[in-house]
Amino acid sequence: MMLLAALSLLALFVWPMWKIVLYAPQYPTGVEMHIYINKIGGKEPGVLQNINILNHYVGMKYIEPDSIPELKYFQYIIMVMIGLGLIAAVVNKGGWFLGWAVLMTLLAIAGLYDFYLWEYDYGHSLSDDAPIKIPGASFQPPLIGYKQILNFDAVSLPHIAGYFTGAGILLAYAAWWFKKRLSR
Amino acid sequence: MRDQFRFRKILAAIIVMAVLPALFSGCSGPAVKGGALTGDEASRVYVKPGEYDEFYAFLSGGFSGQLSAYGIPSGRLLKVIPVFSVDAEKGYGFNEETKPLLETSFGFIPWDDAHHPQLSQTNGETDGRWAFINGNNTPRVARIDLSVFETVEIIEIPNSGGNHSSPFITENTEYLVAGTRFGVPYPQKDVAISTYAETFKGMLTFISVDKETGLMDVAFQVLLPAFNYDLAHAGKGNSHGWVFFTSYNTELKHTLLEVNASQHDKDFIAAINWKKAEEYIKQGKYKEMPANYAHNVYDEYTHTATSTMKKKVKVLIPEECPGLVYFMPTPKSPHGVDVDPTGEYIVGSGKLSADLTVHSFSKMKAAIDKKAFETTIEGVPILKAEETVAGVVQKPGLGPLHTEFDGKGNAYTTFFISSEVVKWKLGTWEVLDRAPCFYSVGHLMIPGGDSKKPDGKYLVALNKITKDRYLPTGPELTHSAQLYDISGDKMKLLLDFPTIGEPHYAQGIAASKIVPRSKKFFPLEENKHPYRAMGEKDARVERSGNVVRVYMTTIRSHFAPDNIEGIKVGDKVYFHVTNLEQDWDVPHGFAVMGAQNGELLIMPGQTETLLWEPKFEGVYPFYCTDFCSALHQEMQGYIRVSTAGANVPLKWSLGEDIVQ
Repeated sequence: MMLLAALSLLALFVWPMWKIVLYAPQYPTGVEMHIYINKIGGKEPGVLQNINILNHYVGMKYIEPDSIPELKYFQYIIMVMIGLGLIAAVVNKGGWFLGWAVLMTLLAIAGLYDFYLWEYDYGHSLSDDAPIKIPGASFQPPLIGYKQILNFDAVSLPHIAGYFTGAGILLAYAAWWFKKRLSR
Repeated sequence: MRDQFRFRKILAAIIVMAVLPALFSGCSGPAVKGGALTGDEASRVYVKPGEYDEFYAFLSGGFSGQLSAYGIPSGRLLKVIPVFSVDAEKGYGFNEETKPLLETSFGFIPWDDAHHPQLSQTNGETDGRWAFINGNNTPRVARIDLSVFETVEIIEIPNSGGNHSSPFITENTEYLVAGTRFGVPYPQKDVAISTYAETFKGMLTFISVDKETGLMDVAFQVLLPAFNYDLAHAGKGNSHGWVFFTSYNTELKHTLLEVNASQHDKDFIAAINWKKAEEYIKQGKYKEMPANYAHNVYDEYTHTATSTMKKKVKVLIPEECPGLVYFMPTPKSPHGVDVDPTGEYIVGSGKLSADLTVHSFSKMKAAIDKKAFETTIEGVPILKAEETVAGVVQKPGLGPLHTEFDGKGNAYTTFFISSEVVKWKLGTWEVLDRAPCFYSVGHLMIPGGDSKKPDGKYLVALNKITKDRYLPTGPELTHSAQLYDISGDKMKLLLDFPTIGEPHYAQGIAASKIVPRSKKFFPLEENKHPYRAMGEKDARVERSGNVVRVYMTTIRSHFAPDNIEGIKVGDKVYFHVTNLEQDWDVPHGFAVMGAQNGELLIMPGQTETLLWEPKFEGVYPFYCTDFCSALHQEMQGYIRVSTAGANVPLKWSLGEDIVQ
């Protein structure tokens, strides 16, 4: 079980962990941005460019993956966590399981908080010479869930690898719990 | 007394006879004009906003030179695809990339007369890959890629006088044909027109189509008497391997043809065995003849067409190739020659004949086997008239032109003079129904109606004359298409809609065969245009002598660069504009003041080039012509032109950064 928990993090290197979808009349199927552990992509090619084009009307900063350091180092943290998870599986002690699960939980919270900070930054740091200025408006997408931003309906939700990670954390807690019951 | 009574009876009869027709016409007059509408037609053709039509219809533009795509059953015009005529709207034939598509042995030709679209087929069914269409005036065939709805290839037909019986297709798109409508001297030379019967010839051309790429090549030509080869169709099923061409002017006349070419009771359907032709080619039994014809190909990665001249062609001569061609006598100046879905029946629409003659392929084969020949012309056996006929539709109407099939054993033939579509049964040859057309119908179309698998739901009639059908637009009126429901026993008129140019001929196909293959944009990373700019960092201006190349990019909502200085009167300025967008339906346009040229309309990921030769010094604006975004109106720039000898340095910029 702990082995599965550790391996579930491998999904982060295959699938996106989060998605933000923007809907508007001109975008009936939505513009769907995918956030990976180490890059930003989209459901179709060109999504990041199209979001940047939309953002520039209101003076939002360009989303440039190269300028987001988290996309570079976060993958190493995950690799370490996979390594620790595997060791925990080999050591096969409840304390290791719980420790790993708690550490992953803290990392996930930190990751979401970091995501919020970036969203806040993009949504609020608006250029002074933006072509369209709307007094008092912010363009911060929702952390999770739905929000209307001007003419767009924005939806922010975990994607495949996000669900895998969540399941992995739960698995680690479950492994600890079963271990505790068995040893009783 | 008695006489008086009789007189009254006669009077009553006269009154009845006089009044009855008036009554009938009183009822039928408006109904005929409306086409006997019963009330639910609107819902049958109503496609809700935002929903798709069930079929695409491709209608030729005739003298417009183009091909139009309509949705059926709504009759909504979706796109006019420029083919043989320049189109300033799309920059077709104006930008440097598409100019080579219109090259011929006569040089650049900006117009042609486009008659017969044909859709590519696999196993006798339309496959939605390509459309082909002929240019009649300067003989050519074009290929349109249906993933982009753009013309991607045009090949000129050598030794042809007018490419009318074209580009009819074999059941796996092995070949397209291109038969000449006008006899011409062969080889082309300066001779007296009165030597027509002796020196003129009629050449039938077979163009091979590459299975993967669609690239066309003149495979071989068949040299025949100078009849006028009108239309054609390939066999299918059992008759696969044969192509049938109608002919008129078997009288071999060259003047006042409306009389002189209408004298013979029977003209011919030429049946060509192309599998036999392939054998003769393999055996080397052809003459390699000098020729000069253009082959123009548009590359989807360089977004540029190239034109090459070809110099040779293989000619098969019937006298040296027995079994290659037979003539089937058919009354009278036949226009359409249409093969039913099984491949057995060959309908020859003798346009000046009172009856409709249907040949049987198996009877034709039997006649060939037992050598039932009347005589031979220039090495071509003429089959005995009665030997090939399967049946005759008696007095179906006046002026039969073209027949298509519904796949349920029925045939539908247009009658130009009596202005109607007539439904009749294959095998029994009985007329089942007739529906009036408004007015003077030419060809008709059932989606897949000339293939092995017709979609026998709708029929589109293509009318030459509209008179009072629409709001008048002065002397020149639109032609029209009329949509009939043919799913039941009786044809039902549903809709009529105006068309572009003259819709000579059409093809239809289920939308589901095209929609999944339709491209949304061109991936920028696949752009191999020699003058592309892959991003704003590549935007620049280069001078070499008096040639100035502007490597320009577009993205919502600016050009890079948008300020250019150092251009001089007498320069040739090439604007190579790359659209950096990677989203569906975001083309940008480009136009510059004083360009004796068109505009550019650049699809996402594409590069197009406009040549501008500034005449006077000054500062000239350029701008985006296709409303692209909320800031489209601001998508503009300036180019400064100095006198020929000026020392203004070449400079370009975007925003405040001067790049040099």
